[in-house]
Amino acid sequence: MSEAILDCKGVTRRFGGLVALDTLDLQMPRGAILGLIGPNGSGKTTFFNVLTGIYGFSDGAAAFDGRDITAYSSQEVYRAGIARTFQRSRMCLPLSVFDNIMVGNHKRLDHGLWANVFARKKLRKAFEESYEEAHELVKIFDPPLAERMFEPVAGFPMIDRRRIEICRALISHPKLLLLDEPSAGMTHEETRQLMDDILEVRDRIKDLSIIIIEHEMGVIERITDRCIVLNFGRKIAEGTYQDVANDREVQEAYLGAE
Amino acid sequence: MENTQPATAGRQDPTALPIGILAIAGMTVFAAVFLMAESEAAVGGLLAFAAVAVLGAGKLGLLERVRAAFRDHELTMHTAIVIGALAIAWVFREDHFALLMLTMAMLYLTACLGLNVQLGYTGILNFAGSSFLGVGCYTAAVLTQHTAIPPLVILPLGGLMATIVGSVLILPVLRTRGHYAAVVTIAFAVLFKTFLEVNDSLGGPQGLAVGEMTLFGWGFNSNIEIGDFYASFYMNYFLLALVITILAFALTRRIERSWVGLNMDAVRIDELAASCFGINLARWKITAFMLGNFMIGTAGALLGMILGFIAPTNFTFADSLILLSIVLLGGMGSVWGIALASAIIVMLPEKLQLIQEYRFLLFAALVILVLRFRPNGLLPRADRIYFPGWRPR
Ligand SMILES: Nc1ncnc2c1ncn2[C@@H]1O[C@H](COP(=O)(O)OP(=O)(O)O)[C@@H](O)[C@H]1O
Ligand SMILES: [Mg+2]
Repeated sequence: MSEAILDCKGVTRRFGGLVALDTLDLQMPRGAILGLIGPNGSGKTTFFNVLTGIYGFSDGAAAFDGRDITAYSSQEVYRAGIARTFQRSRMCLPLSVFDNIMVGNHKRLDHGLWANVFARKKLRKAFEESYEEAHELVKIFDPPLAERMFEPVAGFPMIDRRRIEICRALISHPKLLLLDEPSAGMTHEETRQLMDDILEVRDRIKDLSIIIIEHEMGVIERITDRCIVLNFGRKIAEGTYQDVANDREVQEAYLGAE
Repeated sequence: MENTQPATAGRQDPTALPIGILAIAGMTVFAAVFLMAESEAAVGGLLAFAAVAVLGAGKLGLLERVRAAFRDHELTMHTAIVIGALAIAWVFREDHFALLMLTMAMLYLTACLGLNVQLGYTGILNFAGSSFLGVGCYTAAVLTQHTAIPPLVILPLGGLMATIVGSVLILPVLRTRGHYAAVVTIAFAVLFKTFLEVNDSLGGPQGLAVGEMTLFGWGFNSNIEIGDFYASFYMNYFLLALVITILAFALTRRIERSWVGLNMDAVRIDELAASCFGINLARWKITAFMLGNFMIGTAGALLGMILGFIAPTNFTFADSLILLSIVLLGGMGSVWGIALASAIIVMLPEKLQLIQEYRFLLFAALVILVLRFRPNGLLPRADRIYFPGWRPR
């Protein structure tokens, strides 16, 4: 088994005539933080959607943790150990913070009808343990939020929702976390704080690898080990932040997009 | 750091429980007076009084305390409600009509709790509710007439039969796009009635007689006479319906207050996000649909025994709409809202002949008004509490 947690070869996604993702090769070692950058519409979100089984692969293949996940459904991808956030936050707004995080905890809970309806003592134990764990996790990101676990998410501002969404992805101890513009709409200071929190959690979860899509180049520079730059669905550069920032094609892509 | 209170913690309000109990006592008295009211003017006056009382209680902050009583003293409040229901039945023990109405309201409630698991929790719109009631009724008719199966066992068999018949709709229910599933359930409701009408072995348009419920040799269609004590035979059915309603209520509640209820909510609210966290959409839709139909069918079997005679005209598409409107009116996912709406929808037309004639028109107007001004229903669903009384340490 290779040390790569994720190994993508020639991943392609077409929408009609549009090639949103064009023969992308991507390899990342276990425990790495990879930045995925590129102008709007360059296929970053599409890559996440293909990887997590929302869109099928038009071509290419992906191996995760030594397993071929090309044909996996969204559910199977999650079970294999990939959890994600969405660019446009997708929380269950009428449900509480705790409920939303428990959605992310799905694979560690017992969902049998009998166990849930009749074995209430056991359920209570699972509930209490889950609460403790979720509470601890939320506390890392936002202590006041952790005291409001049973309030509907609809009552929280966008920034809190993004934090809750990251907690939902982290609660199941994934091996790979996909973050799609987690800091969108946050101030510099809030972004810095969020990244610190993410790094803190990474130290607690053994071997957690992260792919982060982010427009804030300061963030990319600070937290990623390596970056991949996409433009019109194609990889145009790969390397450390310094490498890609000095790349002429990358500079042109960004200038061209502005 | 902000000093925010956890939603479920906070100090308990010592006035909540007494006010909650008083509210239940008040509603019990109101229900009794309402059932006694003879003239349309009296009924109208009582309705106006109820509206003013509820608005006034809201202004005084009493409703909040009733809510708190339900949250913090659930068992006591539930016990009080059961005692209230028994007290009303006692008052009307000789009154066939009042007992029948109360029993019908409870059976409608049971059926609507089934629809609630489907629509309120999982988002499955089932326009064939009355058809599944019908499956329960016809199962009871056939089994009481042609077999020696104890009638009490026939009740869950009615539910089982509804589940089995309903499984022909599972494939369309699993389709997510548009309102395909809803349209197929409408078609099913129409076909079901036609099927009953042309099927001679099920009595055709004339229908079938249904045998009575018996329990330990006691026939439910006999009045209760013990010494000087006399009670209408409907008292038998009332008590059994009460037990069944409590069971349906407890089942619904336990589902809501578990990971299963959470899964169903997630499926309803955001299928894509749900499947990205491993929630099997098909599993929970099938579970909700079958479980809901089981509850409707079980209610149907007892309904058939109470009616004693059933015909295809009892199970029209319009009746399905009534069942659905109870769920919408009460509040999707709100068990108490649905209980209140069942009482209103079942009893009001019986009390106001005026309404009887324009029943559907008025219900439609009521549902539209509620959806417009109180989209979450008369008593909106409260936030999920997994274990009442539990507080974070
Ligand atoms: N479901 C879809 N149907 C059609 N086109 C799509 C779809 N999703 C994405 N695209 C197109 O694919 C391209 C890449 O989009 P996206 O991956 O969202 O870009 P990014 O996240 O890098 O901003 C865009 O041109 C977008 O319009
Ligand atoms: Mg994007």
